[in-house]
Amino acid sequence: MTAAPSKLLENHKKIERNVSLLALFAFVTVAIGGIIEVAPLFWIDNTIEKVKGMRPYTPLEQAGRDIYVREGCYLCHSQMIRPFRDEVERYGHYSLAAESMYDHPFQWGSKRTGPDLARVGGRYSDEWHVQHLTDPRSVVPESVMPTYAFLSKRELSAGDVAAELTALRRVGVPYSKEDIVRAEEDLRAQADPDAKAGDLLKRYPKAQVRDFDGDPSRLTEMDALVAYLQVLGTMVDVNGAAAQEELAREKGR
Amino acid sequence: MDTVLARAGVWLAAILIAIVASAMAIDQPFAIQMIIVALAAFAGLCVTLSRTDYDAVARGILRAPADPGQYDDDPIRWGMIATVFWGMAGFLAGLYIALELAFPVLNFSEYVNFGRLRPLHTSAVIFAFGGNALIATSFYVVQRTCRARLAFPGLARFVFWGYQLFIVLAASGYLLGITQGKEYAEPEWYTDWWLTIVWLSYAAVFVGTIVRRTEPHIYVANWFYLGFILTVAMLHVVNNLDVPVSFVGSRSFPLFGGVQGALVQWWYGHNAVGFFLTAGFLAMMYYFVPKQAERPIYSYRLSIIHFWALIFLYIWAGPHHLHYTALPDWAQTLGMVFSLMLWMPSWGGMINGLMTLNGAWDKVRTDPIIRMMVMALAFYGMATFEGPMMSIKSVNSLSHYTDWTIGHVHSGALGWNGMITFAAIYYLVPRLWQRERLYSLRWVNWHFWLATVGIVFYASSMWVAGITQGLMWREYGADGYLVNTFAETVAAVHPMFVLRAVGGLLYLTGGAIMAANVWLTIVGRLRDEVPMHQAAYDPEKDRPLTGGLARQLPARVTEQPGAEPAPQPILPAPELEPAE
Repeated sequence: MTAAPSKLLENHKKIERNVSLLALFAFVTVAIGGIIEVAPLFWIDNTIEKVKGMRPYTPLEQAGRDIYVREGCYLCHSQMIRPFRDEVERYGHYSLAAESMYDHPFQWGSKRTGPDLARVGGRYSDEWHVQHLTDPRSVVPESVMPTYAFLSKRELSAGDVAAELTALRRVGVPYSKEDIVRAEEDLRAQADPDAKAGDLLKRYPKAQVRDFDGDPSRLTEMDALVAYLQVLGTMVDVNGAAAQEELAREKGR
Repeated sequence: MDTVLARAGVWLAAILIAIVASAMAIDQPFAIQMIIVALAAFAGLCVTLSRTDYDAVARGILRAPADPGQYDDDPIRWGMIATVFWGMAGFLAGLYIALELAFPVLNFSEYVNFGRLRPLHTSAVIFAFGGNALIATSFYVVQRTCRARLAFPGLARFVFWGYQLFIVLAASGYLLGITQGKEYAEPEWYTDWWLTIVWLSYAAVFVGTIVRRTEPHIYVANWFYLGFILTVAMLHVVNNLDVPVSFVGSRSFPLFGGVQGALVQWWYGHNAVGFFLTAGFLAMMYYFVPKQAERPIYSYRLSIIHFWALIFLYIWAGPHHLHYTALPDWAQTLGMVFSLMLWMPSWGGMINGLMTLNGAWDKVRTDPIIRMMVMALAFYGMATFEGPMMSIKSVNSLSHYTDWTIGHVHSGALGWNGMITFAAIYYLVPRLWQRERLYSLRWVNWHFWLATVGIVFYASSMWVAGITQGLMWREYGADGYLVNTFAETVAAVHPMFVLRAVGGLLYLTGGAIMAANVWLTIVGRLRDEVPMHQAAYDPEKDRPLTGGLARQLPARVTEQPGAEPAPQPILPAPELEPAE
């Protein structure tokens, strides 16, 4: 052996005899990769830029999203369309970074036991969703999805909606003061076509105001989940000029 | 007496806080979880009070053995039992959700729906089974290799019980629908904070013991344990930076969302594999393989390269979970390149383990525990080859989102983590309970084959399922349209899902044999069985041929019909049967 490696081994013996040195070197070694990969995402353009049409979820959509998370839907459904011909034809335009910028937590998923849901909004009727969630195999015989009939039976108890929006605001979702003050009101108004929606539509453009679960007399968990599913992928007009300009800057996909 | 009162006071305060939090809870699941905390604190209070009797059992639960000439092994014994228990729970949950995917009618209640049981399965096997195995073996190994007793024995006991409370809170939370919605990081904010406290205590006990060592050098297994403990602390804290909606509610929102959230999550998620399931288990390998083989580790230099290269490269590999997503391209490519480089230290570690058997390869045939270790290293090698291959972007475009990934993680988890843990359990249990040997080595052999065949069923069915899905999703007909609906691809993999459940059942059966074997060893029974390896010896045959016997031999050979006359043996062969 040459002298250099054995010198290295001699030096390594110092580390082996000193737990503080060993811990320090090990920690520095493992910290490097994460810092170099993760940190730039907080300032490079195409990961922080806003695209026209993106808005925070309405309180009802957010309540539906909470149910989506609670039931672990992300374990079988992705929300991230990759830029391949088959995926684009099957699910729609591939997903933009900006489209999940207000998603805390992100729900891109890692497994498709069921199909991708990134652009499922508006593809099926509310009735189809309710029927499918209640008994998946009545509309898709091959499906292996669990049944979620209990969602229609349960009143939506979203807890303190204003507190939830406040927490989201703290992690960077731009809810206005008015959004937070009127959160509870907004939640009920969106699922009730007879209620006065007020300026809900001004604050949440393109929000869909209607009864979602087929039972206008009650506000159920089914209302919230279907409202969430119906907004997925509909906020940004991906074929519009603004989105295409954004895409042109996203290189390498 | 004062300390008893003070401790009882702390427990009482914990009970009160938990009950108040439960009463003030803004959601029912949080209230239930706080009741669990109160019950745990009550159990602690009972133990503290019963300690005033100076009862030997309670002393064991709170303090190290009085004799300084003995290692502090109580938390390790509990850890062994916890490992086997949680392992069985995790395998059972895995089998159930595998059956749910094949027969969806099994999703009969919201509490056992796939979406809630799947985190229960992954957390039970990774954090409960794997975590208990890591904590218990690290306490065992660090004491032996440092020739020192555990530092802070009270804290070591807190680590064990605190970790069990973390598991119970996490698991019961999943069933109640409490989740952050991030894979392998599902527990909510208060469970995360609790784990942080437990984990820092664990680090203190481990490092404290190394500081107290009487051996000048820190053994290589301890480098890996130390790297694992420090890195998991970093990953856990950063990935679980949350803003709770209310301090008396279960819900919180992660600080990082969207693309940043995705990369932080997979930086965490992949290194939960890299450090929890690899570095920590490699530490087990570096201690138990040389011990069981009674050979020194193959190469000291290789272990140095293995350690530094592995911990440096692993942390970069996370973005390969996000190929072709909205994550910037450069980050994906970095993830892929580092994943490919990672192949080398991974195989360096495998070689270091396998070559330790140099000169003792016959033990693979004769010692089922060595056989498990070798199979563990073989699966480690296969999984760490498959992983880099799947991180190549063009391969990943087919494999991502499919069951191939599920097959890959299971060949690593069942093959590498499972087998090396079983081997460590079989090594430790007779020693920890001072038994002559395991209840049955032949049962270990059964366990080995059931587990191996189970993994083969599992991995091969998931390969077929995954590649079927990947190809069917992208299949175009001559007319230029997609050939398959999504539902058709679900129907196509149904037989594979059934076969996977068969594999899981075999693996679970092996686990049940282990649980029985460990239990019977602990209660002190020995199975009356033929030893696994023993060169045949028959005292009847072990004597010289005399008189008539010697003369009969050639005659008997020639008597065989149709046989050529055999040449006269110069010496009678000892194995030949004496004439009747």
